[in-house]
Amino acid sequence: MYQTTYHRASSVDEAASLFGKSSEAKFLAGGQTLLPVMKQRLAGPSDVIDVAKIKELIGVEASGDTLTIKAATPHYDVATSDAAKKAIPALAYLASQIGDPAVRYRGTIGGSIANNDPAADYPAALLALGATVKTNKRSIAAEDFFKGLFTTALEDGEIITAVSFPVPTKAGYAKMRHPASRFALTAVFVAQTKAGEIRVAATGASQSGVMRVGAIESALKANWSPSAIDSVSIPASGLLADIHGTAEYRANLVKVMAQRAVTAAG
Amino acid sequence: MGVEGIGARVVRKEDKRFITGKGRYVDDIKLLGMTYAHFIRSPHAHAKVKKIDASAALKLPGVVAVLTGQELVDDKVGNLICGWAITSKDGSPMKMGAWPAMAPETVRFVGQAVAVVIADSKNLARDAAEAVVVDYEELPVVADVRAAIKAGAPQLHPEAPGNQVYDWVIGDEAATDAAFAKAANVVKMDLTNNRLAPNPMEPRSAVASYDTAEEHFTLYTTSQNPHVARLVLSAFYNIAPEHKLRVIAPDVGGGFGSKIYIYPEEMVALWASKKTGRPVKWTSDRTEAFLTDAHGRDHVTHAEMAFDANNKITGLKVKTYANFGAYMSLFSSAVPTYLYATLLSGQYNIPQIHAEVIGVYTNTTPVDAYRGAGRPEASYLVERMMETAARQLNVDPAALRKNNFITQFPHQTPVIMAYDTGDFNASLDAAMKAIDYAGFPARKAKAKADGKLRGIGLSCYIEACGIAPSKAVGSLGAGVGLWESAEVRVNPVGTIEVLTGSHSHGQGHETVFAQLISDRLGIPISQVSIVHGDTDKVQFGMGTYGSRSAAVGLTAILKAVEKVETKAKKIAAHALEASEADIVIENGEFKVTGTDKAIALPMVALAAYTAHNLPDGMEPGLKESAFYDPSNFTFPAGTYICELEVDPGTGKTSFVNFVAADDFGRLINPMIVEGQVHGGLVQGIGQALLEHAMYDANGQPVTASFMDYAMPRADDVPSFNLSHTTTLCPGNPLGIKGCGEAGAIGASAAVINAITDAIGKNNLEMPATPDRVWRTIHAA
Repeated sequence: MYQTTYHRASSVDEAASLFGKSSEAKFLAGGQTLLPVMKQRLAGPSDVIDVAKIKELIGVEASGDTLTIKAATPHYDVATSDAAKKAIPALAYLASQIGDPAVRYRGTIGGSIANNDPAADYPAALLALGATVKTNKRSIAAEDFFKGLFTTALEDGEIITAVSFPVPTKAGYAKMRHPASRFALTAVFVAQTKAGEIRVAATGASQSGVMRVGAIESALKANWSPSAIDSVSIPASGLLADIHGTAEYRANLVKVMAQRAVTAAG
Repeated sequence: MGVEGIGARVVRKEDKRFITGKGRYVDDIKLLGMTYAHFIRSPHAHAKVKKIDASAALKLPGVVAVLTGQELVDDKVGNLICGWAITSKDGSPMKMGAWPAMAPETVRFVGQAVAVVIADSKNLARDAAEAVVVDYEELPVVADVRAAIKAGAPQLHPEAPGNQVYDWVIGDEAATDAAFAKAANVVKMDLTNNRLAPNPMEPRSAVASYDTAEEHFTLYTTSQNPHVARLVLSAFYNIAPEHKLRVIAPDVGGGFGSKIYIYPEEMVALWASKKTGRPVKWTSDRTEAFLTDAHGRDHVTHAEMAFDANNKITGLKVKTYANFGAYMSLFSSAVPTYLYATLLSGQYNIPQIHAEVIGVYTNTTPVDAYRGAGRPEASYLVERMMETAARQLNVDPAALRKNNFITQFPHQTPVIMAYDTGDFNASLDAAMKAIDYAGFPARKAKAKADGKLRGIGLSCYIEACGIAPSKAVGSLGAGVGLWESAEVRVNPVGTIEVLTGSHSHGQGHETVFAQLISDRLGIPISQVSIVHGDTDKVQFGMGTYGSRSAAVGLTAILKAVEKVETKAKKIAAHALEASEADIVIENGEFKVTGTDKAIALPMVALAAYTAHNLPDGMEPGLKESAFYDPSNFTFPAGTYICELEVDPGTGKTSFVNFVAADDFGRLINPMIVEGQVHGGLVQGIGQALLEHAMYDANGQPVTASFMDYAMPRADDVPSFNLSHTTTLCPGNPLGIKGCGEAGAIGASAAVINAITDAIGKNNLEMPATPDRVWRTIHAA
C-alpha cells in the first residue's frame, strides 16, 4: 500500500469538506474493493475519508410505500433487517447472497453502487425496482445513475446518503454465483411495481454493466410466469465472456435466472 | 489401546495454540536489524534481460541493496537442482536447462525473479522496486503443452531441443501390443488432468541471518523438510557448509507438497543476509504464491484399454505429455514417471501395461508434486477408463471392477509396484452399501421427475505411500534415501521428548506421535513433547510428504522407543532383583510378571540418570535413536462413490451423497484420519469442479488471485460419509499404510464419473464448471 492519510468523518458535511481539501481523496465505506486495490498498489489516494461510521448514513427504514437503506448500511444488516424482509423480501435475500460473510459484515450498499462493478448484486435491484439514489446534493433515478462499467452519475466528491426503493407488488432475485469471487456470474432481479410495470434487470451479464432486459419484461407483461420466458431469445453479443462463462452461457443464464426469479417472486 | 494410545480419538494437542492465535510462523519472527526483501519479477513469459538499472532505487530512503542475478553468478551460487534423474527410452539422461535463482540473462515465466531489493521496511522495498528499471527484449512464448511439442515451437532451453526433457517408457510394449491385437474390445480416451495451484493457507516465507563472527547462517523457512533444505543449500548452492547452517521450520500453515522444494527466494534471502550483513525477511503475498509456488498435475493423455470377451482387462496403453513449466523443480521429474505410471494398474489385474511419458517445457510456473503427486493422475485415468469401459461394454461399473480386482497378495504389477495386501472387494462393498447403490435407479427416476439429472460415479483408487525404500528409489534415480530418523529422550523425572525428522504442517504429529509413546509406556500424552523442524535439534530427517510420516516416521520412533524399553527393562530388573525376561510394561510401570513387584517409569528414569545403582557396565542415561528404512511402499486403497444432481438449466452440480471406504491399515487417531480424508476429498472435488491454473497464449496467468482461481469452500462440498475396511500393512510393525493423500487421489474420478453418468455424455474435462457442463449437455 502506498502511504495515505486516513480520516474518519463524523458527518456527511465533514466528509465532503475533507474531500474538498485533499488532492486525490477517496471515500472509504466497507472497503471491500478499495482496500484490496490499494494493497495491490493499483490505487494510491492521498487521503482516505472513512464514511462508514457516520451515524446518519446507517440504517434501514420502511415508511409507507418506500424502503430506505442508508448508504453505509452493511449487507448483513439489510439481509437481517425485519423492515427489509417485510417490505421487499427479495432485496433482503439479495443482500444475503453478496460475497461471503466477511464481505457482508463490512461491505455497504453505497460502496457497492458507487463502485458499479458489472457483476455486483445491488445494481440489479436498484434498476428493477426503480430505486432513487439520494446524495448530499440531489436525487438520481437508478436509470440515470449507472453509466456503464465502474462508472456512475456521481460527481467528484458527491456522497451517496441513501437509496430509496418503492415497495413492489412482487419481486424476486436469482443468482448464479461466480465460483471464485462470489459476485454474480449472472443474476436477475424481477419486479412488478405497484403501478403495474414489469421491470427486469440483469447483472454480471452485459459488457456495459447492469441492464434492463426488455424482451423478458415484454414476455412477463403478457404472462407473469416462468414459462413465458421459454420462447425469449437473448442474444450473446455484447455479453461478458471469461474463463468462468462464455457469452452464450451467460445469455442462457439471463433466461434461466429470470425464470427462477419469477418463481421466487411468486 | 489406552485412553490416549493407538486408536484413540484424542483431541489435537497443537490446536490450543493454533486456535488461540499463538502459533509461531516464520513471518512472526523478528530479528534485530532485520531488513525486508522484495523481488522484482518478470512481467513477461519469455524475454531477454537486457539491462537492470537500480541507480534511482539505490538513492531512495531505507534501501540497503539491490541485488541481481549476475551477482549470484559472480558469487558462484549454484543453480537450482532437480533431485531425481530420469533416463529416456533411448538411454540418454534427461535434458535440463539451468535454473538460476534470479535470472541473469533470460526469463522463462511470468513471475520469475530478476533482482531483489533489500530495504528497512516492506513498503520501502516495494517503493524501491518500482524505481528499478528493467529492460526486457520479449521472446516468442509457448504456454500450452500441445503447442510446445510441435515443430517450430518457441524453444525454452538450448539443452532441451523440442522443449523435451525426456521421453520415458515403462512396461513391455511388444507384449502390450500383442494383448491389444487379440482384444475383443478396446476402450480409448483422451484425458486432461488440469493444472492446480496448491494454495496453502500460509504463504511461503523466509528469515535469514548471518553471524559474521561464527560465519554461521540461520534460516527460518516454511519447509516440509528442513534437513533436506539444509542438505541442498550446502551441497549444491555453495552458500554454507552444513555445520554452518541451521534451518528451522517452525509452525507451518499447510504445504500439500509445495513446501518440499528449495525455492529461489529462500536461497536469495540466505545469500543476501551475508551480502548485506543484516537479517533478511521475505514473505510471499498471495499473487506471488500463485506465480511461484510449484503447481501440480497438468497432464495431457491418450489411453487405451483392451478387454477380452469375458470383460477381463488384458492390456493398457498410455501416452502422457507432462507439462513441467519453465524449469525442473526439485522432485518434478519423478512425479509423472515413478509416482504416476507405476500406479497405472490401479486395483486391477492387468497383465500388460505400457506407458510413455514425455516431459515438456513451457513458459509457465514450474510444476512439481502436489498432494498425491502422480497418483491422482494415474487414479483419475484408470477410473475414468473403467467407467467408460463399463458404459461401452454395457455392464454395471461396479461389476466390471469386481470382475477385474486383484484378490491375491502379494501381487506384482507389470509396472514395478508389488502390492503387499488389500481387500478391494471389501471397500467397494462397504461403499456400495453406504450409498445404497442398489436403490440408485429409483432415486434417479425420481430426480428426473423433478427436472434434475442425477448421476452416480465410482472411483476405486490405489496409491503407493510410505515413501520410500531407499535402495529401491535409488535404483530408479532418486538422489536421496527416503528413510526417517527419530530419537526418544526420557528425562530424569520420566517426561519424554521425541525428536523426529518428520515435519508437521497441519498433520497433527504432536498428538499422533505422542499417542504411540502413551500406548507403549503408559504415560499421558501431556507428558510427551514432540520436537521437530530444527536441524540443530533433530539429528536428521527426510521430512513429510507422500503420506509417509506415520508409516515411516512413526516407525522410526517405535524403533527408538523399543530400544528405550530394552534398556529400561534392564534397569528395572536390576532394581527389582528380577530377571530382565520377566519384566513387562503395564500402565506406566515396569512389573515383574505374575507378581506385585513394580517400579514406575519415573523411578527407572531417575535411576538411569543418577547412575547410583545401574547394572554393571551400563552407560547412564535413557535416550535412544533409530533410523528406519521401509522395505516396500505401502498401498492405501479404497472406494469413493459420489451421487449428485446436475441442474440442466445452469449446468451446476449439487452433491447428494459422497461415501468413502478407505483401507489405511492401522489408524492411530481416527479423528485425525477423518480430517485428512475430508481435506483430501475437498481438494479432489476442487480439482474436479472448480480449480484450474490457466494461462493465455502469451503465457500470462489468468488465475493469479482468488477472484479468478476458484478454491473450494465449505458450501461447495457435501458432508462426507466415511468408513474404513482394514487390512494391516505387513511392511511395518504397526501395520500403517498412510492417509494423507487418498482423498485427493480418489475423489476427482468419482465426481466426473457421476456427472457424466448424470448428463449421459462421457467426454467432460476437469474442472467441470457449470458453463462446461451446460455446453456439454447441449452440444449436438
